[in-house]
Amino acid sequence: MFENLTARFQETFRKLRGKGKLSEADVDEALREIRIALLEADVNFKVVRDFVSKVRERAVGQEVAASLTPGQQVIKIVNAELTELMGGRERKIQFAPKPPTVIMIVGLQGSGKTTTCAKLGRLLKKQGRKPLLVAADTWRPAAIKQLQILGDSTGVEVFATHQGDDAVKVASSGVERAKSLGCDTVIVDTQGRLHVDEELMAELCSMQKAILPHEVLLVVDAMTGQDAVNVASSFDERLELSGVILTKLDGDARGGAALSTRAVTGKPIKFVGVGEKMDALEPFHPDRMASRILGMGDILSLIEKAEESYDEAKAAQLAEKLKTANFTLEDFQDQLEQMQKMGPLDEILRMIPGMGRIKGVGDMKVDEKRLRQVDAIISSMTPEERRNPEIINGSRRRRIARGSGVKVQDVNALLRQFNQVKEFLKQFGGGGKAGRRAMRKGMIPFMQ
Amino acid sequence: MNVRDGLTKPIQNHNSHNKPKGLLASLSERLTKTRASIVGQVQSLVRRHPTFDSEFLDELEAILLQADVGVNTTGQLLSGLSQSLKESGQGKALSGEEVLARLKGEIVTHLGPPEPLAEAAEGPTVIMVVGVNGTGKTTTVGKLCYRFGKLGDQVILGATDTFRAAAIDQLEIWGKRAGARVIRHEEGADPAAVAYDACQAAKARGADYVILDTAGRLHTHVNLMRELEKIKRVVEREIPGAPHEVLLVLDSTSGQNGLSQATTFKEAVEVTGIVLTKLDGTAKGGVVLAIRDSLGIPVKLIGIGEGIEDLRDFNPREFADAIFHDPDRSGCPD
Repeated sequence: MFENLTARFQETFRKLRGKGKLSEADVDEALREIRIALLEADVNFKVVRDFVSKVRERAVGQEVAASLTPGQQVIKIVNAELTELMGGRERKIQFAPKPPTVIMIVGLQGSGKTTTCAKLGRLLKKQGRKPLLVAADTWRPAAIKQLQILGDSTGVEVFATHQGDDAVKVASSGVERAKSLGCDTVIVDTQGRLHVDEELMAELCSMQKAILPHEVLLVVDAMTGQDAVNVASSFDERLELSGVILTKLDGDARGGAALSTRAVTGKPIKFVGVGEKMDALEPFHPDRMASRILGMGDILSLIEKAEESYDEAKAAQLAEKLKTANFTLEDFQDQLEQMQKMGPLDEILRMIPGMGRIKGVGDMKVDEKRLRQVDAIISSMTPEERRNPEIINGSRRRRIARGSGVKVQDVNALLRQFNQVKEFLKQFGGGGKAGRRAMRKGMIPFMQ
Repeated sequence: MNVRDGLTKPIQNHNSHNKPKGLLASLSERLTKTRASIVGQVQSLVRRHPTFDSEFLDELEAILLQADVGVNTTGQLLSGLSQSLKESGQGKALSGEEVLARLKGEIVTHLGPPEPLAEAAEGPTVIMVVGVNGTGKTTTVGKLCYRFGKLGDQVILGATDTFRAAAIDQLEIWGKRAGARVIRHEEGADPAAVAYDACQAAKARGADYVILDTAGRLHTHVNLMRELEKIKRVVEREIPGAPHEVLLVLDSTSGQNGLSQATTFKEAVEVTGIVLTKLDGTAKGGVVLAIRDSLGIPVKLIGIGEGIEDLRDFNPREFADAIFHDPDRSGCPD
């Protein structure tokens, strides 16, 4: 499905590319594909309709920038609108000025509330907080035990009573217990039933009145289809959500529900669940989600960007150096500069069609901060040190660290890494296929 | 009308024991509300479109897409409809109501006739229940068990979900409610070994059914799918002809990813039928149409509530009716 979509997109945009100017008909044709892509990603029908008409408005009214082809122009607008709709930058948990911060986790049955509670508890504990998990799902068989087992495995305290107990009372006692235990965060697991279940909604409302949570987070399964808007708006109307957690993103669902919930509630997505393990809870990145929903790589822009920023003469020089394994820190730094000109590395990776499907690439992070740090470290070296790193002794290391504002360990780490790359190059003799592979490997040394 | 009949039945049959007080009342009220608006809904759709035109077609498209039928299948259904109207040469002459009836007919044809659960000619019938996380596998197993038990059949439950914390306890509770024996190992045990023991126990006791509750797994996790294949191999070896049914439990709220789930599970364990759960909410589960189209897997059962009796045979006609009836979603472009 993914490949088809990408291919279809590229076909459409190729058609657009041949023309000098964006006509209304061109935009319509492109948007037809985008509409299908969004629907196949399970974005709600009405949200798609609004989105497409918004993009259309912008695309037709806009001058095509001189540096872009019309096709790129449309992609740019779609991407920007999608990312904006999804809520800009990542949002964190709002902690109460006076602890304990109370977080209520709500959602349909089977969306992953109990697991999410435990994951969130673990995450907050890791961040130095002292969370308490409260098992206020007294309805589903064995839900209490599930939370207890997960709490045990993550070392987070659990407050639980018995199945069938009054959930509101359990939640209130849980908050009291948190106070007496000195816990600064309370995570309340609630029962999940359908959003049309009046009894459930009434119970959640009275629980909210009783414990006055600072956050009410709705857990939404990433595989949810059109119904996501009904679920999200029902919960939001009754409980006034403060955010959403999207679960099961480790599957192959394109996750249109993210866009739908955001569009109907206006509430930010705060975390995403990406696996069954207890550490598989991550902050939400709207831009990544946008490309996932679109399901398209953008090879055209990638090539374009590379062409714009890559200096051919320098590349030839570098290739020569690689052959002779005469690779210095200066070259290293040049290479980094070239890459930085192309833009953020993870963005570049995502432009490659199909990359998103390869396991691990999706969560691969390129540490931009570390890249800048490396640049600073190399800049703090003398030309001689860059060409001949062996002369860098203890006192030179301290000077370089001071000059670049990092720790001596960071300088050590960089030198070690550089030596590894160099070793690698030597090993493969620099030439031919192996050399090119080595070069690629060397080009992206800060991927985790 | 038959929609009304279909929705009244569950109320009459509804059984409130094992459930907190008040659920029955709320369910009944909910269904009454739905029923009332159903009538109004159809009337308003048809009233707005006394005859068939492109606007009506757009509206039908919107309804199908919002029922998670998906872009491709929606296109097929509507082009099938247009084709049949053109052929009969009465497109303009037909009332909105008649066009709607034809479209429902298309849907029913796509879904195929209702198919009952397979049974072993001799010895225990083995049913494997599979699906992604959170679709309601364990609950479905409990309901199935109750359904067979009520007919006087002896059921053995195999707790092959040894992964999810407390899944075994959850199954034990359902087993107790339905009066079935649960074969269990420790959490983290090899699920294939549990399946083996369950089969042995069924043979030894002359049980009529073995139902295996497998762990939820995202279909993209290859190693977990291999584990499922192993369970199936063990069952095949222990009881000839088994498993007689491999039921994929699909959450009706799931969207187009349902097709991907069905494809992968079918590849791994040859799914024989679908149980569409949580149909008592606002979701329609239209993706089963796409699944039937491209994989040929029929829907066999539907889940319409959390009570032990809330599992029913799938009725294509009622399903088609339900797509066009909704109190919350008017389906009209606003």
